[in-house]
Amino acid sequence: MALKTKTSTRIGVTILGWGIALWLFFPIFWMILTSFKSEVQAISTPPKLFFMPTLSSYAEVFERASYWHFALNTVIVSVGATAIAIALAVPAAYSMAFIPSKRTRGTLLWMLSTRMLPPVGVLVPIYLLARNTHLLDTCTGLVIVDMLTNLPIIVWMLYTFFREVPAPILEAGRMDGATRWQEMTMVLLPLALPGIASTALLSLILCWNEAFWSLNLTSSHAAPLTAFIASFSSPEGLFFGKLSAASTLAVAPILIFGWISQKQLVRGLTFGAVK
Amino acid sequence: MQAVLEHSPPAGATARTTKRTGFLLLSPSVLILLVWSIVPLVMTLWYSLQNYNLVDPTLHGFAGLDNYWYLLTDPDFLHSLLNTLVLVAGVLIISVGGGTLLAVLYDQEFFGRGIARIMVISPFFIMPTVSALLWKNLMLHPIYGVYSAMMRAVGLTPIDWLARFPLMTVMMIVAWEWLPFAVLILLTAVQSLDGEQREAARMDGAGPIARFRYIILPHLGRAISVVVMIETIYLLTIFAEISVTTAGGPGVASTNLAYLIYSRALLQFDVGGASAGGVVAIVIANIVAIFLVRAVARNLEA
Repeated sequence: MALKTKTSTRIGVTILGWGIALWLFFPIFWMILTSFKSEVQAISTPPKLFFMPTLSSYAEVFERASYWHFALNTVIVSVGATAIAIALAVPAAYSMAFIPSKRTRGTLLWMLSTRMLPPVGVLVPIYLLARNTHLLDTCTGLVIVDMLTNLPIIVWMLYTFFREVPAPILEAGRMDGATRWQEMTMVLLPLALPGIASTALLSLILCWNEAFWSLNLTSSHAAPLTAFIASFSSPEGLFFGKLSAASTLAVAPILIFGWISQKQLVRGLTFGAVK
Repeated sequence: MQAVLEHSPPAGATARTTKRTGFLLLSPSVLILLVWSIVPLVMTLWYSLQNYNLVDPTLHGFAGLDNYWYLLTDPDFLHSLLNTLVLVAGVLIISVGGGTLLAVLYDQEFFGRGIARIMVISPFFIMPTVSALLWKNLMLHPIYGVYSAMMRAVGLTPIDWLARFPLMTVMMIVAWEWLPFAVLILLTAVQSLDGEQREAARMDGAGPIARFRYIILPHLGRAISVVVMIETIYLLTIFAEISVTTAGGPGVASTNLAYLIYSRALLQFDVGGASAGGVVAIVIANIVAIFLVRAVARNLEA
């Protein structure tokens, strides 16, 4: 492609590519930068690009005992919802990939359609159900909701990965007397492990960043990081240093996960329609 | 892949047990999704026909279509519906238009392309509340924001964006989150384009615009439709960004359908009215979903 591109075009593309990238990334860069400023430096006008970095904002965020509480909630909810969803989805995807029936295609599409239900359409009943079952503001409640919203995506992704495992390998195992269970756990799972890992990663990212249900179903006890950060929308948000430090901590793991798993994300997010 | 589908189940008794195993393995997921998709939906429909306010127990009983009538004649509802459409359409235009151009740009070979690409898609991984506050405070704050400082530096008066142009500013913040998604998907699609085909077009003397118009764009057709539909589903329910930046205001200037339903339900405790709004949101989403499911169904056959 780039064999005979003119040098001037080449330079133009480089400048444009980097210019747009820097512009789009700038807010994130600035957030990380501000997190290393003192509160006074953070609101200095004009804003400073060069300064003595300090960890004081991080220290203050950590000192608020609540930070760990929110972070822990996020981890519990993301990992819990992902683990349960995968446990439910592996047998389902196995069944659809290796024991297809006339209804498989319809079932898959129906699962996809449940994902299309806008959360706000069912906000009222879910809120009332959670309240009546005392699941409001609990990690359990959020785990259930997050697990259910992501289950269709997870089944789909696992299904597309399982379909790439050649059926004869599984059949060979069965010839040797393996039961369905052994076939699934001892033959399929090791083969499909990379696919399962990237599915789990996508689910973790989606749960970690989930804001609609987190903001509406939790208040203090089970509030995850998304809700914690939202509390900075009050005048407290003018503590730019602390806001930036807390935000940086909240997005760092997911940013790194996202960078690692770009390719698989495309597949999961588009239900395999774009590979 | 085709081989898997062509494997017909063995005949006779084994076939029946196989079938049953398949059913048993599938049923837990199907059952809970069935409950999840039907119970709340039926409840929303039911509540939408009731007089039901959490703080006013005297108000109860069948309301018929009153909730819908109040909702549909409420100027706030029409305003929020319009805002919803403006937000969805605006973000779609920015992210799909920009995403297509950027996908082509980042498909070109240039120094440090890998890093530049990672920077471009990064905003997509930032949680909504963080992006909203990042823009509201660090970037656009009328006194301390970087953009305000830049405007002052060139002699302009900084603008309080969220107060003066609340809907446009929310749209911009959301577009910043979703443009990277479009780039991520469309770039993957561009890269799956056969290199030889593009090279052939070049040899035949097709200029860059002609190659874009006749080779790349048609190839991107399905990816673009997938982006449009997935984004639409999410954009119909933009909530966190509005909640932490403008809280729907001033007035209802930046209230969308999702925020209106939230404020009816959890701020005014009007379960009936909020549910009627929910039903409207579901109807809109379903219209979109029909097209999305069709697009994906086509892919399933391919």
